[in-house]
Amino acid sequence: MAARGLRRAGPLGISALALLVLVIVLALVAPLIWQQRADAINAAEILRGPSGAHPAGTDLLGRDIFARVLVATRLSVGLALLATVLGVTAGLLVGATTAVLGRRAGRWIGTLINITVAFPNLLLALFFAVIFGVGAKGAVLAIGFATAPGFARITQTLASGVAGRDFIAAARIAGVGRFRILTRHVLPNIAEPLVVTATIAMGGAMLAFASLSFLGLGVQAPSYDWGRLLGEGLQQIYIHPAGALIPGLAVVLAAMAFNLSGEVVARAIGLRSTSTGTLGDPPPPAPSDPMPEADALLAVHNLQVSFPGVRPVRGVSLSLRRGEAVGIVGESGSGKSLTALAIARLIEPPGEVTADRLEFLGEDLRGDVSAHRRLLGTSLAMVFQDPMTSLNPVQRVGRQLAEVVRTHQRADRRTAWARAVDRLSAVRIADAAKRAGQLPHEFSGGMRQRAMIGMGVMANPALVIADEPTTALDVTVQKQVLQLLQNIRSAENVGLLFISHDVTVVGQVCERVLVMYAGRIVEDLPASALREHARHPYTRALVAAVPDMETDRNLPLAVIPGRPPDPRDLPVGCAFAARCPLATDRCREEDPPLDSLETGRRVACWHAEQTVPHLSLIKGEQS
Amino acid sequence: MRALTFENVTVRFGSRRRGTVAVDDVSLVVPAGQVVGLVGESGSGKSTLARAAVGLAPLTAGRITPSARGRHVQMVFQDPYSALDPRMSIGESIAEAMPSVDRAEVARLLELVGLPADRARDRPHLLSGGQRQRVALARALAGNPEVIIADEITSALDVSIQGAVLNVVRELQRRMNLTMLFISHNLAVVRYVSDIVAVMREGKIVEYGPVDEVLGDPRHEYTRELLAAVPRPAH
Ligand SMILES: Nc1ncnc2c1ncn2[C@@H]1O[C@H](COP(=O)(O)OP(=O)(O)OP(=O)(O)O)[C@@H](O)[C@H]1O
Ligand code: SF4
Ligand SMILES: [Mg+2]
Repeated sequence: MAARGLRRAGPLGISALALLVLVIVLALVAPLIWQQRADAINAAEILRGPSGAHPAGTDLLGRDIFARVLVATRLSVGLALLATVLGVTAGLLVGATTAVLGRRAGRWIGTLINITVAFPNLLLALFFAVIFGVGAKGAVLAIGFATAPGFARITQTLASGVAGRDFIAAARIAGVGRFRILTRHVLPNIAEPLVVTATIAMGGAMLAFASLSFLGLGVQAPSYDWGRLLGEGLQQIYIHPAGALIPGLAVVLAAMAFNLSGEVVARAIGLRSTSTGTLGDPPPPAPSDPMPEADALLAVHNLQVSFPGVRPVRGVSLSLRRGEAVGIVGESGSGKSLTALAIARLIEPPGEVTADRLEFLGEDLRGDVSAHRRLLGTSLAMVFQDPMTSLNPVQRVGRQLAEVVRTHQRADRRTAWARAVDRLSAVRIADAAKRAGQLPHEFSGGMRQRAMIGMGVMANPALVIADEPTTALDVTVQKQVLQLLQNIRSAENVGLLFISHDVTVVGQVCERVLVMYAGRIVEDLPASALREHARHPYTRALVAAVPDMETDRNLPLAVIPGRPPDPRDLPVGCAFAARCPLATDRCREEDPPLDSLETGRRVACWHAEQTVPHLSLIKGEQS
Repeated sequence: MRALTFENVTVRFGSRRRGTVAVDDVSLVVPAGQVVGLVGESGSGKSTLARAAVGLAPLTAGRITPSARGRHVQMVFQDPYSALDPRMSIGESIAEAMPSVDRAEVARLLELVGLPADRARDRPHLLSGGQRQRVALARALAGNPEVIIADEITSALDVSIQGAVLNVVRELQRRMNLTMLFISHNLAVVRYVSDIVAVMREGKIVEYGPVDEVLGDPRHEYTRELLAAVPRPAH
């Protein structure tokens, strides 16, 4: 983990961490080594410029400025640390309290936090400095309390994200107390981002402290920190600039060390996104697929997605015309979502994507992703399964929709809002103008999903990729959402790539269905053939495992025996062999290629011609 | 096992004037040892009704017995990925729901839902969605509840796994004679596990009766609509 984190940190990150270590070591040892030198008054050497003996020159009393800067590290870092600890503790307490208290009290505190966050930090610090008096103590308190609101807000946002999750509800039902929920469930789950934010706040505190001392509101003589040294140096800046430059540099470097280290850690644990996925390496030999048609809206050939030690998508080829609806079905972990994410260029490092061809609207999507952001942002819409995690819980729905056109089309606030309301009513959300002003939790699941679709079509896309958009919905709403997708498709001639594990739904929505198993397409067939004329044993099993309105209620349900293979440890031969009623020795030795059959159909099975009655698929086995 | 009774239950969110009534004067009985399947459209109040029964939604009016206090009613949630604390082993999650921690009981519960007892030390990320739902079921059983509420517990699962979880639910229910409120949007699934079906719409129960009667001969317009919306393959 640590090694991988370092690798992801890159040269800048490593230098930031090295700098951080240096600052901390200096804070610990500098006063022990250079204290005397820093305090030695030398009347013979007043206000000298930099020299071999005094790298940063001397001050009004002839003291060595460089030594003073080094010695001041401890006080500067220490006081900033104290202020940060104070601010973080106060912020954490207030922010976490909102999670423990009921909704109403939580909202009050939230409002209070929002108000205080709006004050500029320095102003707040000055205000506190006046109250607490001038001096180091006052400054620590001032900066601490100025840091607190921002931290409280972050804590609150993170905590409310975790608090909405079901395991919190489950713990409450099980009788676990509020305080215990906070310490056992909420805090551990938000600790990492909080630590990172605290580190970054530390950088800010260093700067703030330097400013206060510089203004004479912080550390008082005879003590000195960087801010003070900077102030003293500045008075002599015309005589020799080094006296001001060196303390200034120290402040900037130390603050940067903390800030950047925070960012680096954040990146290493995956809090910040840095889309730099690589594309274009020569991939392993492609399975025998036909080249996608030339007029395709989307043309993918031999798409592979890999992570360190595993390749969950192993050579997917597909094409999609304007206005066409293609479905992808398959079990959990078969690579459906990764395929979709790879097409949208949303795979994050260490994930790696390669393809022989990846074209969307005629543009080659391979290579640097930032070159394609605009096209992807406006012409491709993704709708995800879980609208709650895709919507920001603390921002009004309308505003989130508006954001899309504001960033991609630079629309002004009012136009963007009007369009958001328009799109919400287009996805049949009643009273859209009022609903736009609500928060996501005030929407029902189906409404959230429709809002997500509304967000997807804010910018007139040419392709909508919907990943399990109706999995969480009940039949009537599912029907509406599916209808909605159909309408958008036919009205605006939008292509639809529809991902689902529900064969019935896919069969209903799509013209063509791709069946995925263990990272590959094993069958490509018209939706109309799904029920009766599927060739691949896996497709047939999927169709047979769906309970319907005639299922015998006294028998256990049909399940496909066993589990899909571990993508880290795929068997040789056909990946489905262990669960396949038709498997032979050949299947266990040779992986069947995806062969083209009659017009458009493809199947990857050695025994696709063999017919098995559905009933011969194992009934009632527990997987 | 006891019956679960909702008497004139109303749940309102927000203020009297601007708020919404999620559950509107609902009376509903889940008879002891039976499964009532609750169906209805999104936003019709099914989950709110369920959450009211476990004290996660405030009652504006009415009464629910057994009361939410004292772990009599336990619930299994829809999303297997948010149901378990990622920072805790599944054994700890189950033990947390017990009056006092009992390792042997954790092992027994895991076996009961068809998971090897030695997986108790695993973190949730090592489990498939179906396995997580079984752990969630074990956790619900850990408090020795009188009633179990299952809110869309299979809708996030694959068909092949869904079958296995439903088999476990059905088996446990019969073996332990559980009283259960089973919420699902999938009529075929509800039909498979339930003895009684209740249909909810806009906060009200619009139809209630034995599963064969309601699905075979629906009386309410909306129930007929629901039946018509069951996805059927094209062509
Ligand atoms: N970031 C990652 N690092 C390593 N492996 C990953 C990562 N993301 C996904 N995988 C693996 O890739 C495989 C395919 O995942 P994918 O999310 O595409 O499946 P899926 O077909 O969409 O499944 P579901 O129906 O559950 O959504 C899985 O085995 C998964 O564990
Ligand atoms: S190749 Fe063999 S094992 Fe694979 S699906 Fe076909 S018959 Fe089954
Ligand atoms: Mg997926």
